[in-house]
Amino acid sequence: MAKDYRGVWVFAEQRKRRLQDVGLELLGEGRKLAHKMDTELGAILIGYQVGAFAEELTAYGADKVYLADSPALEVYRNEPYTRVLERAVMEHKPEILLFGATATGTDLAPRLAARLGTGLTADCIQLDIDEQGRLLQTVPAFGGNLMAQVICPKHRPQMATVRPGVMGKPERKARRAVVQALDTSVAEQGAAVRVLETVVMPEERGAALERADVVVGGGWGVGGHQEWGLVVRLANALGGEVGATRPAADEGWASEEQMIGQSGKVIRPQLYIAIGISGAIQHMVGVQEAKIIVAINNNPAAPIFKEIDIGLVADFKDIVPRLIEEVERRRAGEEAAG
Amino acid sequence: MKIVVCVKPIPDPSYWARLPLDPKTHTLRREGIPNVLGLLDKCALEEALRIRDSCGGKVTVVSMAPLSTLGTLYQTLAMGADEVVLLSDRCFAGADTLATSYVLATAIKKLGQYHLVLCGDKSLDVGTGQVAPQVAEFLAIPHVCHVLKIDLLDGGRVRVKAKTDDGHIILETDLPAVLAVHRGINQPRLVSLMGLVAAREREIKVWGASDLEVDPARVGLVGSPTQVAQVFAPQRRRRGELLQGEAEEMVRSLMARLEQAGVMPT
Ligand SMILES: Cc1cc2nc3c(=O)[nH]c(=O)nc-3n(C[C@H](O)[C@H](O)[C@H](O)COP(=O)(O)OP(=O)(O)OC[C@H]3O[C@@H](n4cnc5c(N)ncnc54)[C@H](O)[C@@H]3O)c2cc1C
Ligand SMILES: Nc1ncnc2c1ncn2[C@@H]1O[C@H](COP(=O)(O)O)[C@@H](O)[C@H]1O
Repeated sequence: MAKDYRGVWVFAEQRKRRLQDVGLELLGEGRKLAHKMDTELGAILIGYQVGAFAEELTAYGADKVYLADSPALEVYRNEPYTRVLERAVMEHKPEILLFGATATGTDLAPRLAARLGTGLTADCIQLDIDEQGRLLQTVPAFGGNLMAQVICPKHRPQMATVRPGVMGKPERKARRAVVQALDTSVAEQGAAVRVLETVVMPEERGAALERADVVVGGGWGVGGHQEWGLVVRLANALGGEVGATRPAADEGWASEEQMIGQSGKVIRPQLYIAIGISGAIQHMVGVQEAKIIVAINNNPAAPIFKEIDIGLVADFKDIVPRLIEEVERRRAGEEAAG
Repeated sequence: MKIVVCVKPIPDPSYWARLPLDPKTHTLRREGIPNVLGLLDKCALEEALRIRDSCGGKVTVVSMAPLSTLGTLYQTLAMGADEVVLLSDRCFAGADTLATSYVLATAIKKLGQYHLVLCGDKSLDVGTGQVAPQVAEFLAIPHVCHVLKIDLLDGGRVRVKAKTDDGHIILETDLPAVLAVHRGINQPRLVSLMGLVAAREREIKVWGASDLEVDPARVGLVGSPTQVAQVFAPQRRRRGELLQGEAEEMVRSLMARLEQAGVMPT
């Protein structure tokens, strides 16, 4: 039965007619998988009047865009989306189906998997194809203290979710889109859940975090609201974003959306500077993908020093103001020169 | 209002950094590690108690877990649950979320009439967040994840505020429905030692596979489409270089290293 299934599909989430980055990131990953299996990469696009995105999805690697376009699909509701996807999977039989672990993806993928009677692996940090052509899904468990490799040997499609920012966005190459319209009649059958209102918060700092090249993270060791200003100033000087640990967010120095780690955001900057952070695994799983990690901590025995590239054993209050000064001087020098 | 709350006892997080892996089988050795209830499961129960106390009804806790977790489940009685059912059977072991949800849904149906099923959005240990939607699918009723607020309406419906990636959404759903609660929906009550002692006098029902009349092919390891091929300890791949001494000097060496690594923004 598994033999009838072919192709890799990516759920290309759009919200308010904006494509979400995680879908594009998954197209990059899906491309690699499709290449290894010598098969096609499809993007599933669901919404209302969203057909124009087919080109964009193709530019990011989709060989074919499966489009479900209907007024009933304008705002995400589980039932119509599940029905459309169920129908599409039954008809086209993809072997692999990937979702971003967004609020929508985590609501949609599990229900669809149960309806299809197949397996789903949440929050994968790595995907690969094994010698037997099966999807090898690596997930952290117990706060990242353990890694597990999960397979779905007998059921198809093999389904997985990946958090935003975990996979890199591929390069864009303009190509001509191939669009296949999906049956949306199943979406219009009504639903037990009705949307009364959607509220978009003015600024979502968390989203910027996931994209930032430089992130300065502060922890409990920063010590107070006033001191937190140093964290923010350093981030500003570097043109980066501010992240936080759980205790720092709990104290209200930073917002919940700025929390990094197992229960927060996963970041992948070029540079992460951790200030007054002990290095609990629940935090560190969110920063693994950073190219360079710097830690400033006054306790030489802090566990974080085992997991970073460069560590400064010092009180951050002695370091950060000087660092800000250096960065600003360097920038001023460049501007004068350039 | 009849409310079912699903809770999962998990190994105490303070032991996670020292979880023993069997070097031969690469499986987890859980013996001796105490169990606790996750925060979100307590939030789900708190929400159920709040609704029951405002409009009457009954709160039943169900949990699929080994018998050794009984002690932890008394906490839910101490918090105020009316009834607890532990679903435990050797053949349930090794279940993934699909097989877990199948057993939970079968038990919920056996309990009789219900209006609401509350879950946590994500459990802490492996945290898939999949069980709530999958239980709903097996029960063939709607679900909403990431729930921040629940208001009862007349006519067997609820109004729900749920978190989205860029804000929130207000929904109305018919009942019965499964709702998965998000962090911050409430502050779960604490249980007193006295309360816990009193709770231990009460009975927790234990149902096995034969009580539930489940299809043996759909439970436990055999009923799970996903399988864990391997478990391993994560590799530490950064070789930390420590700078010590004068602040001035440290900042200068740091800047030099960052420039060398090509990570200084321009
Ligand atoms: C299930 C679960 C999920 C969790 N999820 C997350 C998550 O997603 N994200 C997260 O961050 N946490 C999470 N946590 C919490 C996590 O376990 C840690 O408690 C938390 O990350 C510690 O934060 P911290 O490093 O800021 O504080 P602490 O551990 O208190 O560390 C403070 C550090 O600051 C240093 N310090 C103090 N003063 C100074 C100074 N003047 N200069 C320099 N350094 C100084 C200290 O030496 C110390 O190392 C989770 C916990 C659990 C159980
Ligand atoms: N074995 C279980 N028994 C009862 N409830 C569970 C079980 N596993 C998960 N749940 C419920 O589903 C929620 C999400 O769990 P998970 O899908 O494992 O992240 C939990 O917060 C519980 O409410």
